[in-house]
Amino acid sequence: MNSAGLLEPITTTSALSCENVRVSFHDHKVLCDITLKLRQGEWLSIIGPNGAGKSTLLRSIVGLTKYLGTVTLGDGRVPRAADVALVPQFPVLPKGMTVAEYVLLGRTAHLGWLARESQVDRKIVSSVLNRLELAGFAERFVSTLSGGETQQVVIARALAQQCPVLLLDEPTSALDVGHQVSVLELMDDLRRTEGLSVLAAMHDLSAAGRFADRLILIDHGQIVAQGNPVDVLKPDLLSDVYGTPLTVQSIHGELMVLPATRQRAQTL
Amino acid sequence: MTEMSFPTIAPANNNTAHPAVQRAFGFSITATLVGLAVLVAVGLLSATSGAAGLPVKGVFASLFDWIPLFGVQSTLSTTQENILFEIRLPRLVLGLLVGGSLSMAGAAYQGVFRNPLADPYLLGVSAGAGFGAVLALGFGLDLSWGPFDTVPAAAFVGALMAVLASMTIARGGGASPATLLLGGVAMAALFSAAQTYAIQQLSENRAREVLSWLFGQLNTTGWKQIWLLLPYTAICGVMLHVHRRHLDVLRVGDDEARSLGLNPVRSRLTVIVSASLLTAAAVSVSGLIAFVGLVVPHIVRLLISHSYRVIVPLAALVGAAFLAFVDIGARNLLAPSELPVGILTAFVGAPFFALVLWRDRWSNT
Repeated sequence: MNSAGLLEPITTTSALSCENVRVSFHDHKVLCDITLKLRQGEWLSIIGPNGAGKSTLLRSIVGLTKYLGTVTLGDGRVPRAADVALVPQFPVLPKGMTVAEYVLLGRTAHLGWLARESQVDRKIVSSVLNRLELAGFAERFVSTLSGGETQQVVIARALAQQCPVLLLDEPTSALDVGHQVSVLELMDDLRRTEGLSVLAAMHDLSAAGRFADRLILIDHGQIVAQGNPVDVLKPDLLSDVYGTPLTVQSIHGELMVLPATRQRAQTL
Repeated sequence: MTEMSFPTIAPANNNTAHPAVQRAFGFSITATLVGLAVLVAVGLLSATSGAAGLPVKGVFASLFDWIPLFGVQSTLSTTQENILFEIRLPRLVLGLLVGGSLSMAGAAYQGVFRNPLADPYLLGVSAGAGFGAVLALGFGLDLSWGPFDTVPAAAFVGALMAVLASMTIARGGGASPATLLLGGVAMAALFSAAQTYAIQQLSENRAREVLSWLFGQLNTTGWKQIWLLLPYTAICGVMLHVHRRHLDVLRVGDDEARSLGLNPVRSRLTVIVSASLLTAAAVSVSGLIAFVGLVVPHIVRLLISHSYRVIVPLAALVGAAFLAFVDIGARNLLAPSELPVGILTAFVGAPFFALVLWRDRWSNT
């Protein structure tokens, strides 16, 4: 980080790497030899159709799914909850739990003596909520929030874990288009100001191309393509993987992935 | 902290938390102070009420006299002092310990099973503990080495068997709150039957003794019961207190809990064992006192917070005051004879339980 507070260009230092990660449930191979490297400060998006293994990969990294192969941090350690935070696709929102209490759950990996919440814990909750402009929500119940607010609160909890690596599982799938953009812009902001590295499984290919530095396309548990968005978002490749004709258009320098229009039957 | 820095989300040293965040976390302090005040008030009421009718001023003077550095002379006679220190106070302290233990255990079960209706009595834990204790008490196994006694140990084995059985039944039946409680009902019925059978095998005198204990009484002989109970209450109380935030984490489900850095299986096991040992110790001293573990955490939840950070310690405080208060009634309502305190808590608790059922209708998981 330089004096102006801007991040230096992405380094080649690894924040997280997976080597030959394999997962199978009974005889069904969900992931086959996934090898990838997330660089420090990078946003890497995993794309692929439903059931391709995106969520399983994220779950393996945080240790929720048993895998073969290795997942290591930049310094060679196996990641723990203090290193990697996961924003789940369908978070559980307990009845009667306030936003402040929910964000405090992010401090679980830092539980101190007698498990009391320290001033540090409270200040972290406070500054995270301030950062996301949610401080006024501290006493609201999480079960009463709208979809967009919920997603922000779940991100706040992940930030309270103070992990250098953030995993997002379909962060925008439950949101309208306005909130999709604002949540992704927030994440992009956070990674620039906080120096976080982001690994996100995403459905929205256009958004993935717009926000990610690199894309990894997986299908049937295997990496089919990876690289810059321009190299991965190819109509032929995507049409093949998703099993439906897709076109890629460049609008104002942004890549838009759209279903190839079929001639609509003329009724008049 | 780690080598990574978080410029805008790191805690700044100079500023304090946002007022709304402070408020969200700070309310429990006021509640704790109010709880403590109520506890002291109930304690004084309990110490001054009863058949012997000790003078209030004399009790105060005597208590202050007992605290070193206070130059107050006790105005009570020797007999009155004996009543105060060998009958009233042990009984009060036992009520506080048992009430606090059962409430804390109730709160812990509610957290672990993610079920606001869990309670040592309804889960069959008390019945299991009672069965174990009856076996130990009734069949001459009541041995002790110093502060260690076989009765709480036998009660603990029974308690753990009951809670594990209820859990197994619930898991088999798709763990809805109702299934767990029905499992508890089955276990309670089984252990009560076994208990009755065991009592029938005893001589008449022994049977009467065991039965009167089983009804739930805070009978004391000096400070003996206190010393028996205190180690368990202290150790398990601290264990549950330390795990109070784990109970909040468990509310988001095992997967999320794991990704937040908790081992849910280990936490759950520690909490269940501690809560069962706490229940067993309370039961082995004072028999089956029903519904305290259900009512008290519920009141804390309704009035103050749904967070177990607050519920666990406050339930201990409120439960202690609650049982000591109900015991004043048990001692005085039918004076000179005594009501078993367990009957009074059931009179209060059963309608409360019915009300909660009617209000929530199983929706509150």
